Amino acid sequence: MHNLSDAFAAAAGMIMQLEPELLEIIALSLRVSLSAVFFAALVGLPLGASIALSRFAGRGAIVTALNALMGLPPVVVGLVVYLLLSRAGPLGEFGLLFTPSAMIIAQSILVVPIIAALTRQVVADLHGEYDEQLRSLELGWWASLSTLLWEARFSLMTAVLAGFGRASAEVGAVMIVGGNINHVTRVMTTTIALETSKGNLALALGLGIVLVLLVLMVNAAASLLQHAAQRRHG
Amino acid sequence: MDEVLDSAAGEPGATRAPPILPLTLESVSYAVRGKVLLEHIDLQLHAGARTLVMGPNGAGKSLLMRICHGLIRPSAGRVAWAGRQPNAQAMVFQRPVLLRRTALANVEFALKHAGIAARDRRRLALAALEQAGLAPIAQRQARVLSGGEQQKLALARAWALRPQVLFLDEPTASLDPAATAAVEDLITDIHASGTKIVMSSHDLGQARRLADEVLFLHRGRVTERTPASEFFAAPRSQAAQAFVQGRLYWE
Amino acid sequence: MSARAATSTALLLALALSPPPLGAETITVASTTTTENSGLLDYLLPRVLEHTGVEVRVVLSGTGQALQNGRLGNVDALLVHHTASEEAFVAEGFGLARYDLMYNDFVLVGPGDDPARIAGTEDAARALASISQAGAGFVSRGDDSGTHKRELELWRAAGLAPGGGRWYRESGAGMGATLNIANELGAYCLTDRATWLNFANRANLAVLVEGDPRLRNQYGVVLVDPRRHPHTNADGARRFADWLLSPAGQAAIDDYRVGGQQAFHANAQRSGD
Repeated sequence: MHNLSDAFAAAAGMIMQLEPELLEIIALSLRVSLSAVFFAALVGLPLGASIALSRFAGRGAIVTALNALMGLPPVVVGLVVYLLLSRAGPLGEFGLLFTPSAMIIAQSILVVPIIAALTRQVVADLHGEYDEQLRSLELGWWASLSTLLWEARFSLMTAVLAGFGRASAEVGAVMIVGGNINHVTRVMTTTIALETSKGNLALALGLGIVLVLLVLMVNAAASLLQHAAQRRHG
Repeated sequence: MDEVLDSAAGEPGATRAPPILPLTLESVSYAVRGKVLLEHIDLQLHAGARTLVMGPNGAGKSLLMRICHGLIRPSAGRVAWAGRQPNAQAMVFQRPVLLRRTALANVEFALKHAGIAARDRRRLALAALEQAGLAPIAQRQARVLSGGEQQKLALARAWALRPQVLFLDEPTASLDPAATAAVEDLITDIHASGTKIVMSSHDLGQARRLADEVLFLHRGRVTERTPASEFFAAPRSQAAQAFVQGRLYWE
Repeated sequence: MSARAATSTALLLALALSPPPLGAETITVASTTTTENSGLLDYLLPRVLEHTGVEVRVVLSGTGQALQNGRLGNVDALLVHHTASEEAFVAEGFGLARYDLMYNDFVLVGPGDDPARIAGTEDAARALASISQAGAGFVSRGDDSGTHKRELELWRAAGLAPGGGRWYRESGAGMGATLNIANELGAYCLTDRATWLNFANRANLAVLVEGDPRLRNQYGVVLVDPRRHPHTNADGARRFADWLLSPAGQAAIDDYRVGGQQAFHANAQRSGD
């Protein structure tokens, strides 16, 4: 039990003192996860919307697969990306292994299905409401897609936040492709794993509390934005 | 009213574009999962008259409108326009479908996708709102407007494109009497500016107020098509008679 | 998407994904969690930078994966602790050379009440046999690491196969994680002394067996062969190894203390293997 109180004390101490090492780790964590979510949204939003708006044989199977991919095990993705980026692998010449870029790539892969699947759901619901009117206005396929994505922007914000949550929380993929190198690829989650492995449980838990607070702050900020805008737009 | 708009170049103009009417439906029918919802529809729609499509619930009015407008393909038969022009048709639905943006932006959206140049859109959109009496609420969010204002906005958006034909599917079914009156006035204005009106309604009073001719549907078939005065005075089919007398009829 | 948005996105993509320029002064070394957990790297690497100008990036894993990274050419050098595997690595053509660097020892830790009665035993293999006979809890690394290989060698020396009951558990994890489990279960565990000294969560455990020559833990530094992987920073790796093996480097290793105790004994021989 004393571990828990020590943990809260450790967390409070770290936050108040703003140790440069902690700030460095937080900055890297945010850079990796936010970048990953950005690229995942770039791919996932149009992908999900396209699937929602298209009719083709086997669409049901694609939707099921997409939903299932939301549960992709991070450590498996990490392993596959490791093999791809490894020097002996097909993309080895870019020298991306053990860099933050590799971590961004791995996390993007993890997050794309989440954003795509949730986008598909949201856009499919909107499609039912807007379809006839947009066709009446003679909008082409691509124009419909971008219009619906913009219309759904508040709900899609939730999908993007879900993706961010997933990226911030995962440790398996970034550990394998990043190597947990001090000052280079060490993020919050891998630091927590390392400190745990050293038996520094209170510190690890304290870091965990800081991580949760960080994710909470991001979500709170997004939520405020969302509500303010929603009140305006109705 | 229209002088401001006709004089500038690159604008929608029903008067200058080649006509797309008359619309011809030949042996059009529609069935889904074995159930026949429309059959043997043979008719022509010409410019000029306000055509009211009437009939009890389930007669197939909405379906017919959507097939004419091109939203649904018939199971059999032909739907042929005399000409093809972009944005020559428009449709307004029972529930207005507006985007999450200002009233003005909604009209500009339609103009943008009709290919109107950016520098003309604002002017044309404002003019459309003006004509619909919506100029004071141009900057308000469309989705927070009242039901009547939203429907008038949908009409303004359709009218801004200067369509040759405007389809309306029970546009006032969800509105209170004051809003209904305002919408009907707007429809009359649109008609006066040269747009063909094809409108479905199950409201007899509305039909009496607006119709030039009545197309009566019963169980997926056109039972009669007569000028309004004749229809209300002496409907020919049993179904129509029951309808005008306010009786329920099925057979 | 507008042209501007597309350009900015492409730019961001290029920026985020471009690998940081690895200067001639940076090398990547695969080492083990055991080495990291002792705190030696945090102590040694700044000194390496100061004396050689080489910045060392350490990728942590078990010995098995470290060797694999070496074979794949993902790293420039290895710092691991299983001599037989290191020599095989060189013999197979993946390594240019391997050198003895330093040693410490393994110890058997266990619960205070010592159900298998091994405290003070000088024969590590006998101690393991006693644990097996008593069916007392034992947590193994189970991950093909240097520590794990040593454990298996001791079982072989005792003429036994490990396992065969719920008393034997394999964590498949690093040394610290394994010690966490042993501490929690009040079980026996084989660990290197340096990790043990630096480990915080050990309220239920104590050192019970030490000093057996078979418990000696030899660390080696291995250079990845640039003929096999031309892109590696062979020059930086050579400077890194040279300093560690030099009198200054060796003295630094000897000076490292954990909890007041010397954690490693430098034993490089400049004659190579």
